Amino acid sequence: MSNKNKLVATIDGNEAAAYVAYRINEVCAIYPITPSSTMAELADEWASKGIKNIWGNIPDVIELQSEGGAAGTVHGALQTGSLTTTFTASQGLMLMLPNMYKIAGELTAAVFHVAARSLAAQGLSIFGDHQDIMAARTTGFAMLGSASVQEAHDFALISQVASLRSRIPFVHFFDGFRTSHEVNKLELLSDEQIKSMVPDELVIAHRNRGLNPEHPFIRGTAQNPDVYFQGRETVNTFYNNTPGIVQQVMDEFGKMTGRKYRLFEYSGDPAAERLVIVMGSGGETVIETVNELVKKGEKVGVLHVRLYRPFSLSHFMDALPASIKTIAVLDRTKESGAAGEPMYQDVLSTLVEAFQQKKIKTLPNVVGGRYGLSSKEFTPAMVKGIYDELKKDQPKNGFTIGINDDVTFTSLAYDPEYKLDESEWRQGLFFGLGADGTVGANKNTIKIIGENTDLYAQGYFVYDSKKSGARTVSHLRFGPKPIRAPYLISKADFIACHQFNFTEKVEMLEFASQGATFLLNSPYSKEEVWSKLPGQVQKQIIDKKIKVYVIDATTVARETGMSGRINTIMQTCYFALSGVLPKDDAIKQIKKAIEKTYFKKGPKVIEQNFQAVDATLAHLYEVKIPAKASGAHVDLLTVSDKAPDFVKNVTAMMMAGHGDDIPVSKMTVDGTYPSGTTQWEKRNVSDLVASWEPDLCIQCGNCAYVCPHSVIRAKFYHEDHLGKAPEGFKSAPINARGFPETKYSLQVYLEDCTGCNLCVEVCPASDPANRSKKAINMGEKAPVLKQEQKSIEFFENIPWNDRSKIDFSTVHGAQFLEPLFEFSGACAGCGETPYLKLLSQLFGDRLLVANATGCSSIYGGNLPTTPWSMNKEGRGPAWSNSLFEDNAEFGLGMRVTADKQLDVARHLLNEMKGDIGEGLVKEILEASQVLESELVEQRVRVEGLKEKLKTMDSSSARHLLSVADQLVRRSVWLVGGDGWAYDIGYGGLDHALASGRNINVLVLDTEVYSNTGGQSSKSTPTAATAKFAAGGKSGGKKDLAMQAISYGNVYVARVAFGANPQQALLAMREAEAYDGPSLILAYSHCIAHGYDLKNGLDQQHKAVASGHWPLLRYNPVLRKKNQNPFVLDSPRPTVSLKDYAYNELRYKVLTMTNPDAAEHLMKHAQELVNLKWKTYEELATKKASDFVPIA
Amino acid sequence: MNLQSTYMGLKLNSPIVVSACTLADQVDNVVKMEENGAGAVVMPSLFEEQIRKEEARVKTVMSETSYAFPEAMDYFPDLEDFNVGVDDYLENIRKAKERVKIPVIGSLNGITTEGWIDYARQIEQAGADGLEVNIFFIPGDIAMSSSEVEHRYLNIIESIKLSVKMPVAVKLNPYFSSMGNMALRMKNSGADALVLFNRFYQPDFDINELVLKTDLHYSEPGEIRLPLLWIALLYGKVELSLAATTGVQSAVEVVKYLLAGADVVMTASSLYKNGIPYLKTLNKELQDWMYMMGFDNIDAFRGSMSQQNVSDPTAFERANYIRILEGMK
Repeated sequence: MSNKNKLVATIDGNEAAAYVAYRINEVCAIYPITPSSTMAELADEWASKGIKNIWGNIPDVIELQSEGGAAGTVHGALQTGSLTTTFTASQGLMLMLPNMYKIAGELTAAVFHVAARSLAAQGLSIFGDHQDIMAARTTGFAMLGSASVQEAHDFALISQVASLRSRIPFVHFFDGFRTSHEVNKLELLSDEQIKSMVPDELVIAHRNRGLNPEHPFIRGTAQNPDVYFQGRETVNTFYNNTPGIVQQVMDEFGKMTGRKYRLFEYSGDPAAERLVIVMGSGGETVIETVNELVKKGEKVGVLHVRLYRPFSLSHFMDALPASIKTIAVLDRTKESGAAGEPMYQDVLSTLVEAFQQKKIKTLPNVVGGRYGLSSKEFTPAMVKGIYDELKKDQPKNGFTIGINDDVTFTSLAYDPEYKLDESEWRQGLFFGLGADGTVGANKNTIKIIGENTDLYAQGYFVYDSKKSGARTVSHLRFGPKPIRAPYLISKADFIACHQFNFTEKVEMLEFASQGATFLLNSPYSKEEVWSKLPGQVQKQIIDKKIKVYVIDATTVARETGMSGRINTIMQTCYFALSGVLPKDDAIKQIKKAIEKTYFKKGPKVIEQNFQAVDATLAHLYEVKIPAKASGAHVDLLTVSDKAPDFVKNVTAMMMAGHGDDIPVSKMTVDGTYPSGTTQWEKRNVSDLVASWEPDLCIQCGNCAYVCPHSVIRAKFYHEDHLGKAPEGFKSAPINARGFPETKYSLQVYLEDCTGCNLCVEVCPASDPANRSKKAINMGEKAPVLKQEQKSIEFFENIPWNDRSKIDFSTVHGAQFLEPLFEFSGACAGCGETPYLKLLSQLFGDRLLVANATGCSSIYGGNLPTTPWSMNKEGRGPAWSNSLFEDNAEFGLGMRVTADKQLDVARHLLNEMKGDIGEGLVKEILEASQVLESELVEQRVRVEGLKEKLKTMDSSSARHLLSVADQLVRRSVWLVGGDGWAYDIGYGGLDHALASGRNINVLVLDTEVYSNTGGQSSKSTPTAATAKFAAGGKSGGKKDLAMQAISYGNVYVARVAFGANPQQALLAMREAEAYDGPSLILAYSHCIAHGYDLKNGLDQQHKAVASGHWPLLRYNPVLRKKNQNPFVLDSPRPTVSLKDYAYNELRYKVLTMTNPDAAEHLMKHAQELVNLKWKTYEELATKKASDFVPIA
Repeated sequence: MNLQSTYMGLKLNSPIVVSACTLADQVDNVVKMEENGAGAVVMPSLFEEQIRKEEARVKTVMSETSYAFPEAMDYFPDLEDFNVGVDDYLENIRKAKERVKIPVIGSLNGITTEGWIDYARQIEQAGADGLEVNIFFIPGDIAMSSSEVEHRYLNIIESIKLSVKMPVAVKLNPYFSSMGNMALRMKNSGADALVLFNRFYQPDFDINELVLKTDLHYSEPGEIRLPLLWIALLYGKVELSLAATTGVQSAVEVVKYLLAGADVVMTASSLYKNGIPYLKTLNKELQDWMYMMGFDNIDAFRGSMSQQNVSDPTAFERANYIRILEGMK
């Protein structure tokens, strides 16, 4: 059948599943979690656009505060008869577990759609495997696994129908990222087809089982030992029937669509002897490999498991060829300490039972193996390796494939060069930057080709873990048949490099096949470009006979009015060169797509885009390749010799993209990694970097304060240091009086600068003769790089200024404190990281950080390199991330330890004062530790104590030595975003604040779930648009400050470093000094707000000036002194909320999509702002006695 | 008393019209303007470059934040089904038309020929009764000849007139070598009315900060003389509606402009200063003056002080200047 007669689409697995789920449900209870968020986002977006389900109503899409909350709402909606679904993954599924038992125990029809993902263990991973699914296998939910985008679509329906028929709830899952994010061509189910599978009687029966006061019953009783057991056994029949029902539904589905599925799908030689059993997308790889092996005469087969729970012995045995002798069961999970992974055990017990029942005469040799954890590649070569292993008399049990386990030697060897026949495919690899639109253009390409030709298309996109300067690699395949290849491209016939500097940073042509085409976006002409390429690139081009084409896409984009965007230019080149379609057809298709996209914009815009296509073709040139390579070799692994061994041996491999090759022996065993490794990863993400003008500088420290990446640092020093300064090192006389011999230097770490411009924006000093020239400006990096590298090295050897002699109560003084949070991968211009840097400067050497999952845990703790560092003495922030929901409790636990160990230490000190010396003990115990100088003195005492203890041989001495560090006051900070503090972790946060313990909470408030893509939180302000609030947030923003203030003994501050840096600094110090719980709500501008972040500080000003973000401090210490503890730090609003809000796309979007709602909500939001201000103003004028007294 | 006037074919109940200003950003204000006796309302100017900038900004923000990070494919709901930029403006015209009976005139300030045509058409489709094209063009390029500048104006008018059916007024500046001839040529290119005159943005210097001062100031009564001169000179000589703008702070200026021959008199500054209800005052004072002078309709005195109607037409020309200088002796 040609595509013309089918409803085809090229979409990803998330959309494929959500498309069906949305149409067959009335309620979607949602919460964002990678990689499932897209399903929930789409449901919300469709609902806001008024798209209806198959019964003609718009599903009610409701966001909850956590997955636990979503599961509860799902349960409630189900219990009252709504067709209800949810979308989740990983830790989200873990939070749903308690309700899942209930929902299953009550035989409630529902489907949870899960993009299966790793669980956080030794480290968090957002990528795909079956650990979450396996952890939920005991809940009583049926489990149906999709292996492809098409199946994610089809099984969304099959699971729903089977659930309604069987009354057993289903988890419908597919592999996170590999399937959820793979774009593939599929046949869409029509609404009529969907409706025909979901008859009204099933829906009405479901409704009738719901609670209804018109004919009440009770469900959810508490049961005693007499009946609970029997009650638990009542469901057996339903479970027994379910596999048959699922197969029946699959059969009916097959009749309707032609797509036939089995619970256990066998492929391969009918007389196969070696079998692999596998579930999920890996099954596709095994099937394709088996097809190839069988052609070569190998007696192999594969059993692809689709219905994992209930695990049907009869269906399993029916599918298993009698000839099988050895079996490898592949689990995409890890169950430490178990006799084997779950599916291996299921297969083993099923076979044993069948043997005992005499359904088989002999037991095959069964081994289990693990593969593909955290989206680790699983390729045909690995599959071949497994089948080869099965040839052995005693194949390895508990094996791993795809890694090198050189510790317990579980890993199987395989030939990585083994490949399937890929001759039917056209395969393209595209190297770009996150911000240059490469991925977007490639998704568009897939759509154009997939939906307008008979070709099949597949796209998969790989990102790195940085938020600034992130690289992307797009993997595109096209072919005449459906593409079943859920693994990355290893040999491409087309390679595009969208950023010229990648030629010196990324290995690209190692993926090029013989005779491939290499398209390069180059500022150099076809004549010049060859001499600009590294030697090894030139060599590969010559050796592989690669055809090279260049285009100056940046110039073409600019000249054709494409807003400087290169992606559409490069996309056109791909169409012209790739050979996926004949060139003329390809250009026709791209023009057709332009007409479709810009239809509404009118003929002029279409014409402009057509001209861009023509101009692109006119500027695309083939490069003449010389016979010999002449360029110098450029080493990609450039880690400084000064780096620690671990960084050189392990981290450097990850940085170079060779992390897959790191053997188990080189990994740390418990997830512990060295601090401060970002300093070794010189990412050079920006060509424009900050440049200091000493003569203009007034040394205010503002630039160092706001720099999100700690790349601007200041020191003052005696001028004698300058004697050894390299040429070009910049310095100025310090601007304090009475220090004629003291110099000041501001050093820019330009290889770490992201070019965000915040420093320039905040700089108050400019050249009187040229106002556009400031004391810090953006300048070209290349001309000064070498000289500045020497300056940095010199600057690093100037000692940091003595902390005890710096007045860091001012922004000016704080610049001289060493930042112990540096060069993170946060977005350029990030509004969160300046707070963390300040935190590290103020308290870094005695700081414990409990970090909630989110942006700050990703740029703070995502490998390969991490930004929390240490000073020369080896002290620095000790950082950890537990989960998203538990961070307050996690941090409270750190405080409890600090208090407990301090208590132990004090007790032992008293006990041992005779041995230690009463004087020292007294000094230590009674030391004030408020001022930095006092802390320094205490450190000296404790060091002295430790030296003494080392000489003593007693249990008490050893114990005291192990806890003596706690005698220097610990600073415990609980850090996280508003998604954590306002929503998922709110209960814990509230409890931690109420505990009265000395914890400090820093909420990096971006007013949205930034890390998962901008979903609404309870901090999202009224009238703003966000995911899950696509129609504009109508409710008010939660006033967390006032809630905390209600306790009376909690220090609370609302700060905005861009609006009032001094107040932010003061609040941090007051909070830390306060011996009790503190909460700081820190306004953090964010890319999710939708504007150029170089204006972030200005927007912070406006946020405060409009009254949206009133600055305040509530200090219980003042209350104790009988003063008003509520201090309002910002003046009355001077601009309207609109003047602030409409500079940001998050607000502006609604004026475009629904102007009436925007007008209404903005009016409402302004009223709320006015009211809040009035309340605050009143509080600021009250007496101490009007506030909660301190006990 | 009859205050009716006709402006480029539109029948108005008063010759006092609200000129393009941000007060009309809110439809409630447009309703208030009608209630207080505005003959018509010119909507705020739609600046083509602003729209283009806004579109580009949205596009840039959307694309630079999309597909950059594995956990966040993008940050904003899909805007594919929505038009960015001009929608707000058109929506305001639509809403204003639903709520008032007085003519609503769109106003457009463009930079490219396509922009003028595209947006003019969209403004017409949104229901505007007429269009004022604000040709705000400073020929900063000294290589550009005066005839090139003139052709630019005429081309814009011709292009717009070819693409819309509604009447089109041209708001222009007075600095043409031959203003009268330009008026005639604009009429021949299809203009239905002239709005005299545009107040240029004229920068000032801040001598302490060494930066440009970008503040705007309201027009003052003294500024009416130039438009007054040209309305009086053009009245009856070109078949165009004439609108006077600039310097209207009270009914005195309204009367003067009408005497010179204006079909309508536009004001915004007086409303910024005194509020929208001031329209009522202006109408009332105009009526009082007419009553006092014995006129019962506008046409009874419109243009009575124009060049062709005063007893000494040379008073409008150089001779007048000489006489003034002589009078100063």
